[in-house]
Amino acid sequence: MAEFFSGFLLPLIIMVLKILAITVPLLVAVAFMTYAERKIMGAMQLRQGPSLVGPFGLLQPFADGLKLFAKEQILPEGANRVVFYIAPMITFFLALVAWAVIPFDYGVVLSNINVGVLYLFAISSLGVYGIVMAGWASNSRYAFLGALRSAAQMVSYEVSMGLIIISVLLCVGSLNLTAIVHAQEKVWFAIPLFPMFIMFFISALAETNRSPFDLPEGESELVAGFMVEYSSAPFALFFLGEYANMILMSAMTSILFLGGWLSPLPFAPFTWVPGIVWFALKIAACLFTFVWVRATMPRYRYDQLMRLGWKVFLPFSLFWVVLTAGVLVTFGWLPK
Amino acid sequence: MSMTTVTSETATGVVVAGPGGPAAKTQIKPYTMNFGPQHPAAHGVLRLVMELNGEVVERCDPHIGLLHRGTEKLIEYKTYIQATPYFDRLDYVSPMCMEHAFVLGIENLLQIKLPLRAQYIRVLFSEITRILNHILAVTMGAIDVGAITPPLWGFEQRELLMEFYERVSGARLHANYFRPGGVAWDLPDGLLEDIWAFTENFPKFMEDVDNLLTDNRIFKQRTVDIGIVTKEQALDWAFTGPMLRGSGVAWDLRKSQPYEVYDRMDFDIPVGLTGDCWARYLVRMEEMRQSLRIIRQCCKEMPDGPYKIEDRKVSPPPRGEMKRSMEALIHHFKLFTEGFHVPAGETYTAIEAPKGEFGVYLVSDGTNKPYRCKIRAPGFAHLQGLDFMSKGHMLADAVANIASMDIVFGEIDR
Repeated sequence: MAEFFSGFLLPLIIMVLKILAITVPLLVAVAFMTYAERKIMGAMQLRQGPSLVGPFGLLQPFADGLKLFAKEQILPEGANRVVFYIAPMITFFLALVAWAVIPFDYGVVLSNINVGVLYLFAISSLGVYGIVMAGWASNSRYAFLGALRSAAQMVSYEVSMGLIIISVLLCVGSLNLTAIVHAQEKVWFAIPLFPMFIMFFISALAETNRSPFDLPEGESELVAGFMVEYSSAPFALFFLGEYANMILMSAMTSILFLGGWLSPLPFAPFTWVPGIVWFALKIAACLFTFVWVRATMPRYRYDQLMRLGWKVFLPFSLFWVVLTAGVLVTFGWLPK
Repeated sequence: MSMTTVTSETATGVVVAGPGGPAAKTQIKPYTMNFGPQHPAAHGVLRLVMELNGEVVERCDPHIGLLHRGTEKLIEYKTYIQATPYFDRLDYVSPMCMEHAFVLGIENLLQIKLPLRAQYIRVLFSEITRILNHILAVTMGAIDVGAITPPLWGFEQRELLMEFYERVSGARLHANYFRPGGVAWDLPDGLLEDIWAFTENFPKFMEDVDNLLTDNRIFKQRTVDIGIVTKEQALDWAFTGPMLRGSGVAWDLRKSQPYEVYDRMDFDIPVGLTGDCWARYLVRMEEMRQSLRIIRQCCKEMPDGPYKIEDRKVSPPPRGEMKRSMEALIHHFKLFTEGFHVPAGETYTAIEAPKGEFGVYLVSDGTNKPYRCKIRAPGFAHLQGLDFMSKGHMLADAVANIASMDIVFGEIDR
């Protein structure tokens, strides 16, 4: 019995607690991300944003969440019931599992696997399934078009994203995320790989279907795109998944280019601040930019988005991979 | 679905090898989409039946009538004074310009000449209305291509303008301010100073919108070369207003057949060169600046004097006079029950509304009610062009086209 407890039950409990320690703060972060977005956009648009529920409207996200879960679930006529309900679950699930490999501080990571980047990449590629399934199962023309757009968009930006990540990997020599952060102790990759940093951020916007690449849900054309038929809890899952993905992409940006949990200046008093705070601040800065872009930019058209992805980003990132490799080999800087 | 093999392509579809039999011709049906009437980009209750080839629009068939309220027929059963509020509700984005056409038509039939101050007030508020309308047109065009911030900035400015509406007429939107024979009330004290202050602050807003849209590459990519209307097409389809001027025709009723005191005003007519959404956007932006010039001239030159004609058979007597004079009381009673009789005749009176030529064809049979009131709404003509403007463009461009037409269903469906 004791052996069962110490050999199986205790590790299981610890693992579950660890997972909860990541997902619960993540979901709270998602909630306050929606609040922050509305406040920031409010300030940019000369209005207040939420201000009535709780002090400064701080409880607004919870009120919204409650409202969504209390609404009636509507299954459109002719919809495929199973796929219709599985789709938001997949989106939400994938947005959460990706966090397993994100290092929040040195050693503070659920599973420090050596193919962390590949894992993240695989998970974010799967994200398109939730959307395609939702668009197909809804049996609605708007949702179907939205899903088509989204599939094309996410696939094309993943290609250039992969090449951008390769140029980072060349500089690190490892796929382990902790190793990637450690490699930036001297200088953040955002500086030597600056064009890649910008392109990665733009690709992240496209990958998370955010403005100016929010075509899958392009409001003025497709009303709400692939989630047009969703209501209540399934809609909430899509919503949470989308914002969790935004935070995930910001975390990836800060790990790959902004030195993860490292402090911006390697001496006191900056080093007194815990790494997890730096990491959170960097994520927050990226998220602010997400919102900023949304308040500023018009939306791309479908073909323009494709052109940008395939004719600009892909060749340029390929060129930069070759350039990085060339420089590393020429000067003998290749990591051991 | 079983596998099929494409054997050859034809103009209408592909010929596929049927299962075992001779090659059967399969037609690829276009993707039919019902756009609206409940749609965020439908600008009200526009319903489009679209045929799409992938994302490319092959046909786009506007269906109208969902906001039909029978205004023209209703007007036949109302006295002339009772009919003016219906005009506010036609193009509810530029209410006073709508009233303007109707009251001008009545005045044409009555053959009366307005006092100068009334004419200045009308021009002043027509131009305020033009800015009111163009702010909405430009910023809603922006939100239709995905820029969400300009409308919120624009609505703040619109709010200021609607305050001016409220101060002269008591209503923010459906003013019912222009009346046959002048305007309903005189300008309140201090209004001209406040309007002047507005004209000083408004260019800052225009600059902000310029920064956000005019210089924005994505906005240009979404509007340049989209929905091109050539000069000939614009004339053939009876386009007016910015839709016509965007295509390079310098036609503006304020210049070509000036009404009120427009002939005294110093302003320019902006003309677009390319006829695309971008040109129409620029024309509207420039028209706002020109309207500002006219507003300033009105504020500067505003003459003193009566704000409506003194003919008590047409315009009601002041309140105070009614308490003293039996004559005035009778006039007041007659005007607001029976109304005034308009000599038999007909007139087509058109004004340059913000959206284009807004005309009223008024037939009077000598009674106190119009015999017929046909309304010529500019948006109605513009909407017909949506099909040729959107053909071959993508779905998102059709939305940009609708936005650049500045559609308001109140006037189209009437």
